[in-house]
Amino acid sequence: MRHLIEIGDLSVEEIGELIETANDMIANPDYYNEICKGKKLATLFFEPSTRTRLSFEAAMLDLGGSVLGFSSAESSSTAKGESVTDTVRTVGCYVDIIAMRHPKEGAPLLASMSSEVPIINAGDGGHSHPTQTLTDLLTIKREKGRLDNLTIALCGDLMFGRTVHSLIAAMSCYENVKFILISPEELRIPDYIRVGILQKKKLEWVETDEMESVLGKADILYMTRVQRERFFNEADYLRLRDTFILDTKKMEYAKPDTIIMHPLPRVNEISPKVDSDERACYFKQVKYGKFIRMALIMKLLEVSK
Amino acid sequence: MNVDEIKTGVVLDHIKAGKSMELYHYLNLDQMDCCIAIIKNVKSNKLGKKDIIKIDAEIDLDLDVLGYLDPNITVNIVKDGKVLEKKKLKLPTDLRNVIKCKNPRCITSSEREIDHLFRLTSPEEGIYRCVYCETESK
Repeated sequence: MRHLIEIGDLSVEEIGELIETANDMIANPDYYNEICKGKKLATLFFEPSTRTRLSFEAAMLDLGGSVLGFSSAESSSTAKGESVTDTVRTVGCYVDIIAMRHPKEGAPLLASMSSEVPIINAGDGGHSHPTQTLTDLLTIKREKGRLDNLTIALCGDLMFGRTVHSLIAAMSCYENVKFILISPEELRIPDYIRVGILQKKKLEWVETDEMESVLGKADILYMTRVQRERFFNEADYLRLRDTFILDTKKMEYAKPDTIIMHPLPRVNEISPKVDSDERACYFKQVKYGKFIRMALIMKLLEVSK
Repeated sequence: MNVDEIKTGVVLDHIKAGKSMELYHYLNLDQMDCCIAIIKNVKSNKLGKKDIIKIDAEIDLDLDVLGYLDPNITVNIVKDGKVLEKKKLKLPTDLRNVIKCKNPRCITSSEREIDHLFRLTSPEEGIYRCVYCETESK
């Protein structure tokens, strides 16, 4: 039995296979619409989410399976003080696979240690969000045609932005990928990424707090939201929230074929006027997210085509 | 100053000067009722100054804890007044319930009776990270 706790749990080859399956699903959705008939997915979301939870549920429904779960800790026995381990062991008695989001970092890993069904990490605090990364990789592959020889600029909250951490880890496995890290001083990437991945793998990367001068070098601009829920201090959040805002004026600095990505939800970091620019890919990302999750569910349930 | 040799037991040698009390607590030696000598600031050719702990009883020491605290310590197993074995330590790959994660966002801060797990992620620099949240131990 396999779990997906962090993107490193999948090999580059396995990620390639998932992307291939997802592409086939996009081309031939009818072929897959009963492939998980009789299987059940539980979405255990101890923290609010729109896209990720609905994406998992839509994915399972489109595979012919069914879904159950909860969408906040208040509506589960966690409110009565039940441990993560007990919740997961209980739910594992009803379903075939669990997608779990939790505000505490490492909660899905803990769940996987005692679960009898596969656990998918659907986001744990500011730590990791591997299915968003799979979504991002599918988007890059489809929109840029490759996953190597790319310069990717990541902008915003790089400290608590779990999608950023997982994406750097994943992209670091491909040849000649360069990183431009744009953030205010206080929200720079954590050491375990800087030292553990960028320095260890001797990758080419720069850190900057200025957006305009580096936009022209990026093949991909990956914007992120400064997340209110990651701050203990409201004043710090308000001060940092408006640091980087992508608008039509800044888009003039970007290359004609640069793609703009964002894991969503956005607050104000991308002006809605950018949405009509054909380089904006964030709503395509949402669509691709369902297909890559379908491919992942099939893989972890060991359902073959 | 003279401290008697032990007949049967363990001598922890080459402890970094000033670290012996920390070791004493980590190894729960305060819970033992045998004779234990802590000798501080002993002259050492190798270290300049060192601490030594002599334990006058056969005990199973947690070598992982010792290796984590100071991999340069020598563990001498003494039997009938002779050194039976000298154990060299190394940084252990995994630590279970030796240190605690201090990240308030880590699951270890809220889940009851959870094992605190750390892994050696950079042997050259001796860096351990929490297995759950990857925060570096301080």
